[in-house]
Amino acid sequence: MEYIIRGGIVYDPLNGINGEKMDIAVKGGKIVESVSSGAKVIDASGMIVLPGGVDLHSHIAGSKVNAGRIMRPEDHYRDVVVKAGLTRSGVGYSIPSVFTTGYRYAEMGYTTVFEPATTPLKTRHTHDELADIPIIDKGCFPLFGNNWFVMEYLSRGEIDEAAAYVAWTLEATKGYAIKVVNPGGGERWGWGGSIKSIDDPVPHFNITPREIVRGLCQINKMLNLPHPIHVHPNGLGKPGSYETTIETMDCVRDFSDGRPAIHLTHIQFEGYTGTNWLNIGSGGDEIAKYVNGNPHVSVDLGQIVFSDTTTMTADAPFEYQLYLITGNKWTNADVEAEETAGVVPYVYRRSNYVNAVQWAVGLEVALLAKDPWRVFLTTDHPNAGVFTEYPRVISWLMSKKAREKVLSKVPRNARRRTMIAGIDREYTLSEIAILTRAGTAKILGLKNKGHLGEGADGDIAVYSLNPERIDPSTDYRIVRRAFRHAKYVLKDGELVVNDEKVVRVVEGRTYWVKPKVPKDLYESVISDLRSKFDNYYTVKMSNYFISEDYIGRSAPIYTGGD
Amino acid sequence: METHKDVVCTYCGCVCDDLEIQTENQQIIASKYACAIANEKFLVCRKERNLSPLLRVGGDLVEAELDDTIERAAHILAAAKYPLLYGWSNTSCETIKVGLELAELVGGLIDNTSSVCHGPGIEAVQEVGEVSATLGQVKHRADLIIYWGCNPGSGHIRHMSRYTLAQGRFRSGRKDRKVVVVDVRSTPTSKVGDEFVKIEPGGDYELLTALRMAIRDEEFEVDKVAGVPVSKIEELADLMANAQFGALFFGLGLTMSKGKSENVTAAISLVDDLNSRTKFILMPMRGHHNVTGANKVFTWQTGYPFAVDFSHGYPRYNPGETSVVDSLARGEPDAALIVASDPVANFPKPAVANLSKIPIIVIDPSLTATALLADVVIPTAFLGVECAGTIYRMDGVPLYTKKIVEPPPNCLPDTLILQKLLKRVKELKGV
Repeated sequence: MEYIIRGGIVYDPLNGINGEKMDIAVKGGKIVESVSSGAKVIDASGMIVLPGGVDLHSHIAGSKVNAGRIMRPEDHYRDVVVKAGLTRSGVGYSIPSVFTTGYRYAEMGYTTVFEPATTPLKTRHTHDELADIPIIDKGCFPLFGNNWFVMEYLSRGEIDEAAAYVAWTLEATKGYAIKVVNPGGGERWGWGGSIKSIDDPVPHFNITPREIVRGLCQINKMLNLPHPIHVHPNGLGKPGSYETTIETMDCVRDFSDGRPAIHLTHIQFEGYTGTNWLNIGSGGDEIAKYVNGNPHVSVDLGQIVFSDTTTMTADAPFEYQLYLITGNKWTNADVEAEETAGVVPYVYRRSNYVNAVQWAVGLEVALLAKDPWRVFLTTDHPNAGVFTEYPRVISWLMSKKAREKVLSKVPRNARRRTMIAGIDREYTLSEIAILTRAGTAKILGLKNKGHLGEGADGDIAVYSLNPERIDPSTDYRIVRRAFRHAKYVLKDGELVVNDEKVVRVVEGRTYWVKPKVPKDLYESVISDLRSKFDNYYTVKMSNYFISEDYIGRSAPIYTGGD
Repeated sequence: METHKDVVCTYCGCVCDDLEIQTENQQIIASKYACAIANEKFLVCRKERNLSPLLRVGGDLVEAELDDTIERAAHILAAAKYPLLYGWSNTSCETIKVGLELAELVGGLIDNTSSVCHGPGIEAVQEVGEVSATLGQVKHRADLIIYWGCNPGSGHIRHMSRYTLAQGRFRSGRKDRKVVVVDVRSTPTSKVGDEFVKIEPGGDYELLTALRMAIRDEEFEVDKVAGVPVSKIEELADLMANAQFGALFFGLGLTMSKGKSENVTAAISLVDDLNSRTKFILMPMRGHHNVTGANKVFTWQTGYPFAVDFSHGYPRYNPGETSVVDSLARGEPDAALIVASDPVANFPKPAVANLSKIPIIVIDPSLTATALLADVVIPTAFLGVECAGTIYRMDGVPLYTKKIVEPPPNCLPDTLILQKLLKRVKELKGV
């Protein structure tokens, strides 16, 4: 099928195109120079044309997402999705069922989404769900920050062996990147305790969180993985957390080579000053200052949206604290030799002082950061807000007026203890395109995504927003509406959303990496694994491995080691 | 002769994956590491099976062509106003997915066997959450194991040797653990335990509440609770609070006795409380090999773990209303598709009476009691023996089962049968 998207105003930051009126041609699933006269015409005049959205951090699939769904029927009752011709039924709100997840992302103009936390032992589950999510391309990040093999190799200084082990596990689980959550803290939680700082030793393992993060960062470079290590640091969610966050970023500064070596995720949750819940304040400016001065770091926001949502993370001790604070129901799920996880429902309220500070932190980081290529828009779905609220976050970034409207309703002391009220910056459409697709595609190392140059995947979003007529600074409601419902969306060159409705359901790819390591090293590590696997796990090594034909539309990326 | 290693067992919720099965000429001749029940499954059960598709003709079940059975089944489902699609816990996730699509298509009620086993436990999770871990965490760390209202010694035979009493990283096997069994009578499990707490039938909620009180240092005004002396309760509470890592496993003795979901809510709350003192987890002893997987697939596709009603065009969940026994007892379904389960042998009389009045399609490897009442019977391959598929262990660890031998000629994998049925129903409905 050939398409030509005619007369739209194109934002394609990776190719230096900033609001130019031009046509985009698509053929055979790819963006091409030109198409035949028989191509179908999509009239995009008076609309903006962007590459399909790329989300690098959204909890859409796997055991903890499903634990949230099981625990919260009340979440589903208020948002039901009726079967309609092409599309399956389901439920929505904070933890949408799989079909609804795919449709809603597509309807928002997003075409690629990564599930950022999967414990390797249960990653078959993650792939089971990813395979059921229609339309979008996807992938998942296996967790390594509390892994026994990783901690043992690193504590013995066996970095090559650790790298070979990580390579094997990425291939075994069909994972895409190295995820680290509360390094060492998960193992500590296996006994009910928690890690206080990045230099706290992990009991029984003779290693500290700092050494785990440094080791994995080095392994990431050795394996030449497309995405930097994706880190949720220790101490998340606590007053004063910004210091540990900066220490974590700083502990890999010497791995800097001009591009990011570490990605700090949902930075809002770890950017607090203060010593307790009464004097908690925003460390957004400190975080932004560090990010601005250190090109080895990238971050995503984890922006708070005021709503009733479901928090879920591999940081189980954090969820336990949230359970103690709220008294809400609590799910905990620890996984042998690997990780932990927790789920607790939570309501963010404008009238709550702490929540208002949290809201300010995310926006402050975004508005004070100078390089949009290292700051990305997320709500850590569903932790800080549901992904369908991205347009609301966009409106806050693009409009001071929209922010002031929220500020007028938050507690006065929250206004005093944050800087947000004094920040005038308003994001441009081009910068929004960087935060939501161009920058995220680049940091994920997806060369065919996030841009509209020749050879890119035919993933395109057209929104009914005319920048010649609309001033996002004042018409923020129109901006919000436009980004919530894309007018047209093409996925791999097929029209999947027409006039804001899903009209075609296609199967998305699953990206994973297959790093190459020297054969001798690989074989000696496999033999070490074989001898230990039965002691560490309650499943056999052969049954742990997920074959490529299991994951549907497989899209491996081969990387070379040193 | 061929040896198949690391075979995943498709009997109980333990889902052991270390079996060795020997075959010769497409026949299973021996097994290693399998428990007595699994051995039966691999070596004996398949000999007593249904090998032919059957159709009811003039009151009798007669042998038929597979295509004809699918055709009749499709017509029954397409014509039904409110069909019931029940079973699913003894088959693969791949099959369950097709079943859910079919249920949505025909606007029926779909339910799995947890509705009549651990369903109340799931309702408790929906009230208060669930503090759990994989079985390997227990193997490595637990120094206190409590079996409450369950009898793994008979039902989950390798649960103790593989998971709770095995040698782990921080525990050197049985001698490093304390085992407590709470039950209304002594069982093979209670004989292995260090302590047996005999409780009055129906006393679970009271005893769990008393334990919560004891952990909070509250005083008792009575001598006994649920037949257990207060001194014993205080002793047990101390044992729990002073364990380094405790694990409470519970069975149908808790979920299906008086109090039902409230019993499990009390057990979960007890474990929540214990986490302020030490590390504690709990887990239901799930029966069938994929009852956990059935809950999971139901949930990621519909939002709900069982008892899903599609009659409104979207998934609706209200156990008591949309659960299989209640709906059947009220005589609502007008046709039934039963996959890998035998409700006639297990359900209460009023439900069975109404089930027997409506057209029934059975898709199952065996000629079950339900099959004998059915209008259409379609035999299938045995999952994990004659066909592959994904199942979830009781702790949520997914495993991919293997095909070891070829199924008999007329016995296709149920995934394929369901897909054929779905395709035909779509044609009949014009979608």
